[in-house]
Parts: sequence; C-alpha cells; structure tokens
Amino acid sequence: MDILYLLIPLSLVFVAAIAVVFLWAVKSGQFEDMEGPAHRILMDDEPKDSRE
Amino acid sequence: MSEPLPCFHCGQPVPPGAEYPIRYQLANKATCCLGCQAVAQTIIDSGNADYYRLRTDLPPTPEAALEELKNLKLYDLPEVQSSFVSEQPGSIREANLILEGIVCAACIWLNERHLFRLPGVVGVEINFSTRRARVRWDNERIQLSQILKSIQDIGYLAYPFDSSRQEELFRKERNAAIRRLAIAGLGMMQVMMYAVPVYMAQDGTMADDIEALMRVASLLLTTPVVFYSAWPFFQGAWRDLRLLRAGMDVPVALGVGAAYLASIYGTFTSSADVYFDSVVMFVFFLLTGRFLEMNARKKSAEAAESLIKLIPAAALRLPGFPGDRAEETVAAVRLSPGEHVLVGAGASFPADGSVAEGASNVDESLLTGESHPVSKNPGSPVIGGSINLESPLVVKVERVGADTVLSGIVRLLDRALAEKPRLARLADRVSAWFVLALLVIAVGVATAWYFVDASRAFWVTVSVLVVSCPCALALATPAALTAALGRLTRLGLLSTRGHALETLARATDFVFDKTGTLTTGEFTLCEVYVLRGDRDTVLGFAYALEQGSSHPIAMALRREGHGNHCQAEDLRYIPGKGVSGLIGGGEYRLGTPEFLGVEVPAVDAPGQSLVGLADDQGILAWFALGDALRPQARQLIDELRSLGVRLHLYSGDRDANVQALARELGIEDARGDMLPQDKLEAVRSMQQGGAVVAMTGDGVNDAPVLAQAQVSIAVDQGAEAAQAAADMVLLSSEIGRLADGVRLARKAQTVIRQNLAWSALYNFLAIPAAALGYVTPWLAGIGMSLSSLLVVLNAMRLSRINEKPGIGGTDSPR
Repeated sequence: MDILYLLIPLSLVFVAAIAVVFLWAVKSGQFEDMEGPAHRILMDDEPKDSRE
Repeated sequence: MSEPLPCFHCGQPVPPGAEYPIRYQLANKATCCLGCQAVAQTIIDSGNADYYRLRTDLPPTPEAALEELKNLKLYDLPEVQSSFVSEQPGSIREANLILEGIVCAACIWLNERHLFRLPGVVGVEINFSTRRARVRWDNERIQLSQILKSIQDIGYLAYPFDSSRQEELFRKERNAAIRRLAIAGLGMMQVMMYAVPVYMAQDGTMADDIEALMRVASLLLTTPVVFYSAWPFFQGAWRDLRLLRAGMDVPVALGVGAAYLASIYGTFTSSADVYFDSVVMFVFFLLTGRFLEMNARKKSAEAAESLIKLIPAAALRLPGFPGDRAEETVAAVRLSPGEHVLVGAGASFPADGSVAEGASNVDESLLTGESHPVSKNPGSPVIGGSINLESPLVVKVERVGADTVLSGIVRLLDRALAEKPRLARLADRVSAWFVLALLVIAVGVATAWYFVDASRAFWVTVSVLVVSCPCALALATPAALTAALGRLTRLGLLSTRGHALETLARATDFVFDKTGTLTTGEFTLCEVYVLRGDRDTVLGFAYALEQGSSHPIAMALRREGHGNHCQAEDLRYIPGKGVSGLIGGGEYRLGTPEFLGVEVPAVDAPGQSLVGLADDQGILAWFALGDALRPQARQLIDELRSLGVRLHLYSGDRDANVQALARELGIEDARGDMLPQDKLEAVRSMQQGGAVVAMTGDGVNDAPVLAQAQVSIAVDQGAEAAQAAADMVLLSSEIGRLADGVRLARKAQTVIRQNLAWSALYNFLAIPAAALGYVTPWLAGIGMSLSSLLVVLNAMRLSRINEKPGIGGTDSPR
C-alpha cells in the first residue's frame, strides 16, 4: 500500500492540471456558445463542397 | 438610445466633433479632450499601458471611487440624460438603470428598500429577470448621480441602460459562474475519491497514516471550493448580516463555513469526523441550481432584448433627397424626423417613418408576430426594426429613438417585468420569515442536542441548516413568471402589467368588442349574387366603375376585382348613392337599391350593406359587403368556450348586426347599441356577481371598459395600442393567440402552485428529520440542492410549452 503515498499527491497534481486546462478553456471563450459548434459541424460551409 | 462613445481615458462621453485620438494596442481610441489625451499618452509612453487593461479588475480604491463619482455627475446633465431619462409632470424624472451585482431576489429587496429611504426618490421597481431598475425621483430634491452613488454605497453598481453593455455584463457573469462550477465539480469528484474508501473500509483495514493523508488531500481540494466557488454565498450572507436581515445566503454560508471549519479541526486532531465531501457536494449542487436559474432568466430577458437589437446601428442618409442621391453613413441615433434614408433589400429600418419612394414587401413578424410579409408602397408607414425583403426603399423618417413603436413596446415589457405580482411579493415576505424561523430552530436544535448527546449536536445543527430550502420557496413564483412572460412575448402577446398573467388565468368571463376586435374593422366583400353574366365580369365592371373613389366600399370592391381590366368613361359620382359610367359603350350603374331604383332584394345578409350593379336592362349582380370576421375569430371563440369561460359580445354597433355575429359564433350574451357607459355598467354588474372579467377591445375607444375589467387585452397593432391603458397587448394579428395565452397563463399558475406545494412539503418533512438526527450532512446537501433544482426545472417547462399546432405561424424570433 506504500504506492498510495505517491498516488494521492499525484492525483492532486492531476486535478490541479485539469483545473488549469478548464479555466483556460473558459477564458478562451469555449463556453460562450454551447449550441453553435454542434450545428456548425454538420454544415458544409465550404462553397466547393456544395457542388457535390 | 445609446450614448456617445466613452472617452478612452476618463469614460466621459466624447462630444461630437472632438478629435483627440490615442494609439493603444495597435488601434486608435478616442478621448474626449486635450487633457485626457495628454494623460493617456503619458501613461502609455511610460510603459504603463497595462493600466487600461487592469483597472476594471481592480477593486474600487478611494481614488477610483472619486473618479467614478465624477463620472456619475455627468448623468445629471440634461443632454446626457436625454437618451435614457423620461420627464414626467412637475420635476419628476424616470430612468432605467442596469444593476451589477444582483445575485438573488433578496438583493432586489435590499436595493428597493435602500433607494426608497432616500429623500426625493418617489418610486423604485427592480426587475430580477433583466436586472434593470426603473427609478422615479424628484429632480428638485435629489440628483440622479446621488442615487447612483447611494447604490454604490451598498455594494452594487448602477448604470443607465444601454443594451450592448448589458450583453457584456451577462457574458462576464456567465463565465465566472462556469469557472466556479468547474472548480466545485472537480473538487467534488476528487474529494469523493478519497471519501468513499474511508466509508467502505472495514474497521481496522485502513491504515491511520493513509487516512490522515487523504484527509489532508481533501482539505487541500476543499479549500479552493470554499474560498472561490462558494465565495458569493459568503458575500451575500455578510451583506445580509451587516444590514441585520435574514437572506437565503445566511443558512448556506453558516452550513458551509461550520462544516468546513469543523472538518479542518477533525483533520488535525484525527478525532472527530470530517465532512469535506458534504461541503463540496453542497456547493456544487447549489451552484448548478443557480447556473440553471441564471440561464432561464437570460432566456426570458432575451425576448425584450431581441427587440431592442432590431434597430440597426447605422443608416444611409440621403441629405439631398429628392434632388441629389448622394448617400452618407450616419449613426441611427443621429437621425432626426424629416430626413430621408435609403434602406436596401435585406436591411432593417433604422426608425419609424413612411415610404417616400419604391415598393417592397416588409417582414414585421418580430414586432407583430404577423407571419406574412406586408406590402409597402409610397406613403405606407414602416416600423423601425422590421426588415425590408425585396427592393430598396427611400424612407422619410418620422419618429426616432424613444418615440418609436419599438421603444414603446420595450418600455411596456420592462414595466411588466418590473411590477411584482401579488403572489411573488407574498413569496418574498414568506421566505424572509422562513429564514428567520430556520435560524431560531437551528439554535433550538443545537441546545436540545447539547443535552441529549453533545457529540452529535454540532453535525445535527449543520444538517438542519443545510437541509432546509428557502430557495425553493423564494424561486417558485418568480422563476415560473419570467419563463411564462418570455414565452407569451414570443407568441405575440405582450404583458404590460405584472398582474396580467395571474388575472388572465383566473378570468371567468371574456368580453369582446365587435368592430376591430372579432372583426377586421374594414369593409370586405362577403358575397356576390350574380343574376346575369359571371362573377369575374361583374367584379371587373365594379372595379372599373369604382376606380376613382376612396369610399371604403369602393376600396373593398377594388381589392377583389382588379384581375379583369376594362375601362370606364364618363364617370359620375352621386355622393352617398353610387356611381354611373360608360363601359364599352353601354351605361352601367353601381350603387344602393334606391339609386338603382329597385326593391331591396330578399337576401339573408344581416349586418351587411348591399350594392347593386345594373345596366340599361336591369340588375346584373348584388354585392354584399360587410365587416368580415378576423380569420381566427371563430377558432378563438370555440377554444375559449372549451376552456370553460363565459363569453360576452358588447358593441356600439347596431343590435341586429351584433346579434347576427353572436349567432354565427355561438355567443349567448350579445348586446348592441351600447354606449361606453353601458359597457362599463354591464362589466361592473358582472364583477359584483363575482366574475373576473377579461375585456378585449381595440385599445382606444374602449379605454374606460378596459380600465374597469380586471384584465384588459388591447387587440391592435402599432403605436395606438402601445399607448393604451391595457394590461396586455396582442401584437400579433392572429387573434387565436389569445387562447394560447389563456392556456399558458393557467399552466403558469399550476406550475407556481406545484412549486410552492413541493417546497412546503419538502421543508415540512426534511427539517424535522434533520432535527431528530436522521439526516447526515451530505444527504442534507443533496436533498436541499435537488429541491431547488426541481423548482427551477419545473418552471423552465413553461418556456418550452408549444402553442397548439395549427394556430401559430412563426415560432421564437431567432
């Protein structure tokens, strides 16, 4: 069970890293439009695609 | 509406024509004066340009407050006030303000009370949904800047309303909420990871030092959740305590704070239990509820905001029209009545006006709910914000800014959202008492358990604080009302008074006016009785004979017959009788039976006027013209009857006409030849019999009766209706929406009752259970949060209710 002395602090580091990534995502505006990207991915907005 | 650009340095409005640009981050910024330009230049040149990036994030220092105070003084200047202050009789002024820092219904209460105590303030109404305040004050006794300053004194910020600013405010608030939610969520997940093994482990299998390590790790994770995510609760509670009143945040902050501190104690002494998992879970669920509520509020506020945004920012002015066609781009707010603007196809009108040149179809659906394009010719009125669909129009501007139809509608909507209905006021009072009672109970429980089992006293008290849910009580009504009002507005039925929805749901009697309400109010060709020839030919003749006349009957005939062109010559009009003329060499006459010299034919056409067409051999055809029913009138009457309300038709029109219409629609109580006093009397006697009367009229001539009825609905389009004293205005021309409105209003009442019943039941069961020690802190956290969530989600159902298919045309204005 000694591995827990490493794993528990490691989990704290992971959580901190995830939090930083998440805050960055909020800051860079990824949560401003929660619906748009879902629709956009379905649309062929490139004019060359519409020829097909 | 909007103010001039603020100065880059001092925030004062840049006066028109001032040219003091400053270079900052590769862009030119405007400043208001030479002084600001010089100071800003010095700051940037000395490498301190970050000041401009940072200063909004700084807490207000005394210097900053002074600076803000100086800016506030600007709002006292009449020229600045003109865009957002309306003058009323005497020295009374009224302004719309945005409030920053509003987090709960209690903040509204606080601000209202605080402002009311200021000498000179005569009225304050704050809207939770849009975070706008309507303030009325006596300009001789208090200045607007003093009002704004006093709002700052209690920890809020107030700005005169400007829609783009509101948007930015919401974006910031939403991002902050997501960050808090994320921190709480991550913290909760990981703390659970440490907590579950401790709960699951059999006695003796968990090493003490491992358990201690996990407690420290939980503490490290819980700390940011308490001090960052839960911070708004502590702020709210502190504000409440300082003002010696009980708000919803007080028990939350007490619960979170006490559990956190006791768990720290437990961590370092390894003696007592720790409840970090309960703390983070409680915070996370509470924040989830608030986040959902924030989004729901935003959704219903959007209905009003989408209207204000319809006005484009810029317009193409034609200063030399009609001689010179040179265009110049100006800000829409700078337009003044009498000027001409060019509106291209696909563009929206910057102001109210009339078409000076060109013909096109215009989409007015966002303003009126009218789903079909409306055709516009020279002279036709156009409404600012509607969209020109086909070809360019030159428009003469007639009304701008606050005088436009659109601004009127938005103001009415604001007023409706600001006035709290009786039920909501009651809920506010009850929840304040509830919190107070809760604190007393908590003290009692703590004392009792101290004598029964001192070791459990602390955690039982925390459970009591956490498990009770004043939020469900306080949110039940406002959440349902805002959701329903937003939905109604999207249906084209605008509430201008806060009580309208509640009263509409309770209405037992609907009184309708006839002309202009159930009918279109215009002459329409109802029937053609052809004696010789065919329908198209006689209509063509009628068209030819009536083409020069502007009589309503002539216009009705022209609308029908313009397909078959033939020319009439030598037209002679006999006013009040008819017209005669030559078509293809033969003489034709069109007019009343007396004019034609024949007997009135025996046709069943009550309430209609008969016009005959004759040639030298006698009658060719009869045209029956009347006031046609609105397309959805029959449907509306049938639906209202199925909803169980009594129907009445009161009209000033001739009794025979009214009875005919009533028979056609199946309305039993119909009276004609009524003067406004008669209508008033009839409504009053109905009310004495206990009826709740909803009066539907066309807004202007029915004003006294509309005022007498408990709830009044003006059925008309455009400006007149917006000024009428009606509680609701049907912006849509589809009168069937009224039945949808009644249905929605009843649904809203049901939801409010469900919410109140649920929160009462929940608290009634949960608090005693917690007081007796049956509820652990983490269970209390879940129970309380789910209770709030349920209330908000239940209310949000209202904004999704579909109107009955078949009635509506367009849906939400997106």
